[in-house]
Amino acid sequence: MNKNNLTRRDFLIKSASLMTVVYIIPDLVSKTEAKPLDEKVSSKTKWAMNIDVDKCTKGCTACVEACIEENGLYGMDRPETDSQWIRKLTLKDIKTEKIVELPMLCQHCENPPCCDVCPTGASFRREDGIVMVNQHTCIGCRYCMMACPFKARSFVHENLTEQLTSAPRGKGCVESCNFCANRIDHGSDMTACEEACQKEGHKAITFGDLSNPKSRVNESLASKPSRRLRSDLKLKQRVTYSGI
Amino acid sequence: MDKIIFQRLKIEAPLFWKLFLGLGFFILVGYLCAHYMETEGHYVTGMNNQIVWGMPHVFAVLLIVIASGVLNVASMSSVFNFKLFKPLAPLSALMAVAFLISGLVVLVLDLGRPDRLIVAMTTYNFKSIFAWNIFLYSGFAAILVVYLWFMLDRTVSNYSKPVGVFAFLWRIILTTGTGSIFGFLIARDAYGTAILAPLFIIMSLLYGTVIYFLLLKVINYFQDTLMTDEVKDNLRKITIFFLFANLYFLALYHITNLYISKHYDYEVFILTAGGIYTIIFWIGQVLIGLLLPLYLLLNKNSNNESNFMISSLLVVFGSFAAIYVIIISGQAFPLNIFNDYIIVESSFYDNVIHNYTPSLYEIGLGIGGVALSLIIILIAIRNLDFLPSVIQIRKPLVDEKSD
Repeated sequence: MNKNNLTRRDFLIKSASLMTVVYIIPDLVSKTEAKPLDEKVSSKTKWAMNIDVDKCTKGCTACVEACIEENGLYGMDRPETDSQWIRKLTLKDIKTEKIVELPMLCQHCENPPCCDVCPTGASFRREDGIVMVNQHTCIGCRYCMMACPFKARSFVHENLTEQLTSAPRGKGCVESCNFCANRIDHGSDMTACEEACQKEGHKAITFGDLSNPKSRVNESLASKPSRRLRSDLKLKQRVTYSGI
Repeated sequence: MDKIIFQRLKIEAPLFWKLFLGLGFFILVGYLCAHYMETEGHYVTGMNNQIVWGMPHVFAVLLIVIASGVLNVASMSSVFNFKLFKPLAPLSALMAVAFLISGLVVLVLDLGRPDRLIVAMTTYNFKSIFAWNIFLYSGFAAILVVYLWFMLDRTVSNYSKPVGVFAFLWRIILTTGTGSIFGFLIARDAYGTAILAPLFIIMSLLYGTVIYFLLLKVINYFQDTLMTDEVKDNLRKITIFFLFANLYFLALYHITNLYISKHYDYEVFILTAGGIYTIIFWIGQVLIGLLLPLYLLLNKNSNNESNFMISSLLVVFGSFAAIYVIIISGQAFPLNIFNDYIIVESSFYDNVIHNYTPSLYEIGLGIGGVALSLIIILIAIRNLDFLPSVIQIRKPLVDEKSD
């Protein structure tokens, strides 16, 4: 009976409202959260990471596991050939013999040796500072692996079957940490490793935009001195370490 | 003027086909090895994320270095007007083409994505010495073909000298480029030094000369009149010179590294504490590859041909050891990531001397490459006029006049 009482005006208003809720509002919401994928990466954004070694906990591998999950880096149980985009290292201070742990990953150099030596330009540095490998033009020569001072790159040694659409990988190509470029390009400002470290409550890894004074990485850098590894090479890495 | 007559290899058909099929077998094995590595992935090889360049690279770099070196004879003829070697120059350029092609084939077949060769040939990053080398190698092959044409075609033979000079300059740059592949690697303690470029040049001169001599000796077995005592004596003398030069640059490389503190640990490793790598360096590269040949070539029976043969074979063995030490031990030594810390634990083998056991597939590919270079030479000299019928042209001409 009620339906029969609907006027044409009511019907049109309700239909328009429903369409607005279903089609238009979600689009508006998503546009406010994510950077459009077709928007060019700009040097106005300077992605960087700081790792506070004092906060990195012994035995914790949350960052490594999150990276594996995020990028579909399942292994073949062959540690010598399986890919590792981020790994935990245990170090001993030569002078004090103090033991520390830290995660090691691509240092996203401003002067990356991997990009210098790559014959096809498949290894490249984006305007926002992310160093990554174009999986379509990498010929698998591994010269970048020879050139990297941090052993941050892995070669895909065997056939893969369960790649993620968000993290394309392929046999015969070189790969490494790309600061979760897929996440970043979809509007996030947090890498999977940082998120995992925060969830664990350690907050050893801080990521963010150096151009934004209020970014987490800037706050971390302001709170404690930090340094680049192998600073003698003058590679100007975007990954820095505090506490070592 | 002297007239040089070139002819084909006089070899009986059954023997030719036996050699052809024998070499073809190794090429087929090499191809199957490469195919298996590509379809299964590189985990079936001895290479891994620690030793990223392995046996295929040793073979490929050695073949490319030899390709540059075997052109010595042609260069001495065209550039330095050494008439004695003029009849042997086309064979020298032919060997250069053959070794270059096979070296590149091995290199390409070991790529993770050899199917993307077209990408490598069309997309360049000119900051990369690898990209430059693609031009240097393909350019060298093209120059050699033109050089061969100018040497063998009498209508254009007047231009063979300028082309020979150009080929000489090109090959010096090419070997500089090959040495620079390692010289430009700042991250690794074994590399990152400009001395590697001249060291590679002098290695190419030495290895190319002895390989040329050995192959000429084999060809001479089938077809006499190719090698005179004068040719052998000159090849022997320049081999002695190159052996001394090689020792000098090798010593310079290691002594310089001992003075550069960031290279010091690697030097201690390779000279004293590197296990198998130290053994290969001292026994293979230095003793067998340089000192023993020098001793044999400088002793009382130095004119003995078998002495030169043995010395040349020792140098070939030493050449393999030398390239193996440069490529493999340079990677086996762990990276120095932290100046003030030592790495106690790592899931990525950051704190250990890396092991490398080459797989049969890698060795098969490498041997297939060597067989490819030999089969190219065999087919060419069997079907084209590369071999001079008489080397000592002057003597018969004088005889004719006197008659």
